[in-house]
Amino acid sequence: MIVNWFRYSSPVSFYPLAGRLSRAFGVLAAGFTIAGLYIGLVVAPTDATQGDAYRIIFLHVPTAWMAMLIYLAMAFWSALALGFNTRLSAMMAQALAPTGALMAALALWSGAFWGRPTWGTYWAWDARMTSTLILLFLYLGVIALRSAIDDPRRADRACALLSLVGAVNVPIIYFSVQWWNTLHQGSSISFTSAPKMAMTMVEGLLVMTAGVWSYCIAVTLARVRSIIVERERGSGWVASLIARQGAR
Amino acid sequence: MSGFFAMGGYAWYVWMSYGAAAVAVIVEILALRLRRRHAFDTARMAQDADAAGPATRPLADLRSNG
Repeated sequence: MIVNWFRYSSPVSFYPLAGRLSRAFGVLAAGFTIAGLYIGLVVAPTDATQGDAYRIIFLHVPTAWMAMLIYLAMAFWSALALGFNTRLSAMMAQALAPTGALMAALALWSGAFWGRPTWGTYWAWDARMTSTLILLFLYLGVIALRSAIDDPRRADRACALLSLVGAVNVPIIYFSVQWWNTLHQGSSISFTSAPKMAMTMVEGLLVMTAGVWSYCIAVTLARVRSIIVERERGSGWVASLIARQGAR
Repeated sequence: MSGFFAMGGYAWYVWMSYGAAAVAVIVEILALRLRRRHAFDTARMAQDADAAGPATRPLADLRSNG
């Protein structure tokens, strides 16, 4: 089956598709998150060394992964927006930034509340934490830059450039625990070795990751729909959309 | 059940983490709803302004401004 992807590069045809996908991923997010929380907070055994404090992992690791992944996705859509000058790519990049910022903030927040009982401190200027804080600032910078430029097309290009330049920070975060001597521990799960924890814990982590990932997709698509209406409101199809369905 | 909420003495750390995430998710979803409503309201206002016609609109503005 051949899918004409270019059809969906136009906001008109993407708008209804985004709505259907957003609802589907919203349902998935609810299901996976409830299951993941149940596994992580109830089923998984108490850790021998960290006690129940380790349960923060089921929130911390998925949000930290998503903070990095969303940044890469934002840089990808920014590259497309710069290269092909496509409106929808820029709108996708715009829609990803707030959720990326939220994930970075939650990763830092939950990390602080995990660090206190295990390392004895909420914060340290360790390579992994500092580079993750820079990731949060990059997200906030992209959002602030957009709101500072009135012309949306100029804002698209400026934000795309900042996003692409900032992408260099993502591998720095990822490899920071190998490159430097950090207070932060190494990877709990990697592609090259067996997981360093009990199987139930890995399951809980993967299910929670699926939940957080689905949530991010659902809210990003919901946000891009609003952005499409905001930015295309002069067009005929938005006018007929409003006439057809009203505000909700 | 109280054992579950006590989290083996780590309740403050565990629930501050998960509580913040819950609040964040609720706030983000509410913000998205507001943004959607605002986008539609603004688009509708712009549309109504266009429907009123380019000739009548500036006059109406003049009148309201005295």
